[in-house]
Amino acid sequence: MIAIINYNAGNITSVARALQNIGQDFIITDDTKTLDAASHVIFPGVGAAGEAMAYLQQKKLDNWLNDWIKLGKPLMGICLGTQIIFDFSEENDTRCIGLVRGSTKRFPDNMLSDGRTLKIPHMGWNSVKFQREHPVFQNISAGAEFYFVHSYYPAPAQDSVVLGVTDYGIEFCSVLAVKNLVAMQFHPEKSGKPGLQILRNFCAWRGNDL
Amino acid sequence: MISKRIIPCLDVRGGKLTKGIKFQGNVDIGDPVEAAREYYEQGADEIVFYDITASSDGRDIMIDVVDRVAKTIFIPFSVGGGIRNLEDMRRVIMAGAEKVSVNSTAVTNPEIITQGAQAFGSQCIVLGMDVKKVAISEKIPSGYEIVIHGGRIFTGIDALWWALEAEKLGAGEICLNSIDADGTQEGYELNLTAMISENVHIPVIASGGAGLPSHLADVLTTGKADAALIASMVHYRTYTIAEIKQYLHQREIKTRMLW
Repeated sequence: MIAIINYNAGNITSVARALQNIGQDFIITDDTKTLDAASHVIFPGVGAAGEAMAYLQQKKLDNWLNDWIKLGKPLMGICLGTQIIFDFSEENDTRCIGLVRGSTKRFPDNMLSDGRTLKIPHMGWNSVKFQREHPVFQNISAGAEFYFVHSYYPAPAQDSVVLGVTDYGIEFCSVLAVKNLVAMQFHPEKSGKPGLQILRNFCAWRGNDL
Repeated sequence: MISKRIIPCLDVRGGKLTKGIKFQGNVDIGDPVEAAREYYEQGADEIVFYDITASSDGRDIMIDVVDRVAKTIFIPFSVGGGIRNLEDMRRVIMAGAEKVSVNSTAVTNPEIITQGAQAFGSQCIVLGMDVKKVAISEKIPSGYEIVIHGGRIFTGIDALWWALEAEKLGAGEICLNSIDADGTQEGYELNLTAMISENVHIPVIASGGAGLPSHLADVLTTGKADAALIASMVHYRTYTIAEIKQYLHQREIKTRMLW
């Protein structure tokens, strides 16, 4: 069973609808006992790091995620769910879950491209340059684009976890993968057919076969 | 680098398209969900629904439309028209819309922008602006004035001032509609679009006047828009979205080419 962690952080229903579309059963829960029985966990989220962490701590989901990742079962982070798996986020100066070394940083103001100041948030479709192959990103065309909407970006401490990078004034880590964890800054549930393919691949992934 | 977005706009009344769109074989389709599916397949980057229903029954029908659209297409879409308060916003967002847009309501009650941004995040709140060109005056230094109720009422508010104010209040995006250009199919209002886009720090969607693919090229370069709204030119099948994107690609304007 696929479980979507519900932590009051934005529109979890869009992830649910995407899973429905690919014919995948799922549950939405914030209960750690229910989550224990899952085969795969999706950690989505839209919103601010501070509030999200407060809710996770209240529900003891931060500790639960630390335990889950050690089991070797697949975990997918999406957007805010990706940003708060690091040690720290510059958004609300928040201490985060710490599954991956590094932090989440704000895009610098006044980034330029072709002489124009880039707008923040980075909102719209952009591509990902993959650094290596990964089962969750199989059958995705090289020119595929994904839907982003964010003002902060993942900055892992180690380059080895970076799976894909995206250019928006600076080149940032838009996809990371380490062992049974994959995490992406963009929204696969809003990225059309390539996004649905990623969700399909994730649901078929065993997590420990790397 | 980020792509420019091409966004078809669908007007809905009582759960039906006000102007049907032509499908293969020139079949006229009035169902907004089917129209959304068609544009999703054609490569639309986002879809805007504008609900012109007046009655409260009609609102419930619109929520049902939003719910069905969200189960059918997997790209962002927004809903505008008839959003009067936080509860209206919540219903539309919970039904699956990525964004809501406020227009006249925000003029009379600007706090709705801040309330919406605090409740759902700035990225969810689009400010719709209807704008008319007027003589430059002390009150309207940009020479563009905000109008409401379909352009019938002049507000005395300067368009540039309002765009900056809305950004401060928490709007995450601006959908900028030129009433002068709207419906002409003779091209977007480039001066207006460039002026607003250069001064705000949030994305600007240009609206009103699209008739040819070159109009989109103009507004996405000279007009400095981040996205272009289109209606008749695709509803009547004069062009498909894929054809427009192909044209923009030839003009070296980056759009999403695989979907």
